[in-house]
Amino acid sequence: MLAFILRRLAQALMVMLSVAFIAFMLFQYVGDPVASMLGQDATAEQREALRAELGLDKPFPLQFAHFVGNALQGDFGLSLRQGRKVSTLIAERLPATLELSLAAAVIALLVGIPLGVYAALKRGTFSSQVAMTASLLGVSLPTFLIGILLILLFSVQLKWLPSFGRGDTVALGAWSTGLLTVDGWKHLVLPAITLSVFQLALILRLVRAEMLEVLRTDYIKFARARGLPDRAVYFGHALKNTLVPVITITGLQLGALIAFAIITETVFQWPGMGFLFIQAVQFADVPVMAAYLCLVALIFVIVNLAVDLLYFAVDPRLRIEKPAGGH
Amino acid sequence: MSTTTAAAPGALARFLDGDVWHSFKNSPMAIVAALIALLCVFCALFAPWVAPHNPFDMTSIDLNDARRPPAWMDGGSAKFLLGTDDQGRDILSAIMYGARISLFVGVASVLVSMVVGVALGLLSGFAGGRTDALIMRVCDVMLSFPPLLVALLIDGVGRAMFPNADETLAFGVLIVAISLTGWVQYARTVRGSTMVERNREYVQAARVIGVAPLRIMFRHVLPNVMGPVLVLATIHVAAAILTEATLSFLGVGVPPTSPSLGTLIRIGNDVLFSGEWWITIFPGLMLILIALSVNLLGDWLRDALNPRLR
Repeated sequence: MLAFILRRLAQALMVMLSVAFIAFMLFQYVGDPVASMLGQDATAEQREALRAELGLDKPFPLQFAHFVGNALQGDFGLSLRQGRKVSTLIAERLPATLELSLAAAVIALLVGIPLGVYAALKRGTFSSQVAMTASLLGVSLPTFLIGILLILLFSVQLKWLPSFGRGDTVALGAWSTGLLTVDGWKHLVLPAITLSVFQLALILRLVRAEMLEVLRTDYIKFARARGLPDRAVYFGHALKNTLVPVITITGLQLGALIAFAIITETVFQWPGMGFLFIQAVQFADVPVMAAYLCLVALIFVIVNLAVDLLYFAVDPRLRIEKPAGGH
Repeated sequence: MSTTTAAAPGALARFLDGDVWHSFKNSPMAIVAALIALLCVFCALFAPWVAPHNPFDMTSIDLNDARRPPAWMDGGSAKFLLGTDDQGRDILSAIMYGARISLFVGVASVLVSMVVGVALGLLSGFAGGRTDALIMRVCDVMLSFPPLLVALLIDGVGRAMFPNADETLAFGVLIVAISLTGWVQYARTVRGSTMVERNREYVQAARVIGVAPLRIMFRHVLPNVMGPVLVLATIHVAAAILTEATLSFLGVGVPPTSPSLGTLIRIGNDVLFSGEWWITIFPGLMLILIALSVNLLGDWLRDALNPRLR
């Protein structure tokens, strides 16, 4: 048990270190900070002085250690494009992305699970086949196209909903939220639906498949034999057991949600981290790219670790030690 | 060696008599998907000869023709069946040329990731031990990130490293970025089947008579693990095309001088609010058609090659 946790922690640490190394290499290969800070006219002495001041004359491993130390304190330097501190930029954008991802996750779960249960219980009927076909389309349509189609329909043709930005926001301390104004909610609808479509389709198909599996098992037959009403069998017994894999997948998909948020934010010009990252990639703004990468990797590692540990706690079969890898 | 060269006509006859062809003939879905995919590939491959206009030929473009709606709408002209974009380029021709670029990038990335993945998977499954452990750890790390993010990162790094990249280099970076997200699945699949094949008698026999390990891997084991790889590659082509389209839509994919379907959608998206929906919708439809038909083909191929479903 302890060995397992330690191994997973070590693995997570390795992932973080390699991502940090990639981010650090970005700085090494892209541009010369001394040249860009001093300009053309600087003397050789000035260059050397700045180089020493920035620690660029130190050996490579020491520079890396320095970078990791700064990164741990959230210090990634200044954005090359905007000239502001990267940590401030990211902190400003974080609430927008988190609110969008959360709204999308809620839509995906609230619509996906009931539809999946419905498609399993009414298997073969016309309406469930419609749901399945729609979900197949939902998995194969690229996110940006979904966003464009929604904008075309609801913003351009019907003029019901706004298509870009967050609308009015309210500042709660450092957190600016769009959830407290009507305008903010209106702006949230289309991006949140766009972001949720893929996850929704995935959850629908997963719940249906799991539900069909569970409905075949003996304990469901036994529950029916005991004369329990259908409702109790479906929702009390069957659904409960399908939810474990659903929760796992949803947890793991949180990362996918962040990745797809880049696309959704670009389509809707949503002022989140993904939009910031895309602009940074287009302008080769290395500090912002490095910071975004490290932050996303951290979120990923934490989620994956939590899901692994949760699984370990839930499923006793995993606690049997695997035979050690052969030599 | 002699059997492969002599068997070319025989191979075709064997294929027509085989399970895969029979399954294909009896699946209307697969036939429709194959026809659509073939049509798309044909238009893409022969774009310079099939397309009504050449969207890259500056002399044939007239700004007076800009933003014309499709032929069946008011103001449309029979010259431009699906309308024109904001610079007067024919949408239908642009789609054909764009599909050519999308397909090229998609197929090239799949080939690269297939070669890398199969080689590493074979090595991992055949060698075992530390090599296996190392390769699988790398796979774990890659799998814990969404492919799109990895592709974006690699593309971003490539851009930052070669700020003045010419077109060939830009395509190279893009293909590498997409392939690096895909090889893991091949490696895992091939590793699994290789570990099974490794203990079969024919491999042991080859070892006993002193065949070199590399030769055993590629000549004896490889043909027996390729089935699932082909299925994976088919589905992967659709995924790679969609990834390319997404990257190009985000403005970090193919160079702007050779617009793919994603670039066309991006261009259309900029003028969405002035009502010219056709600039976006038709390239989008083409993208969906390609992805969906290739996916359906892949699904069919998976079922056809799966002996348990027969």
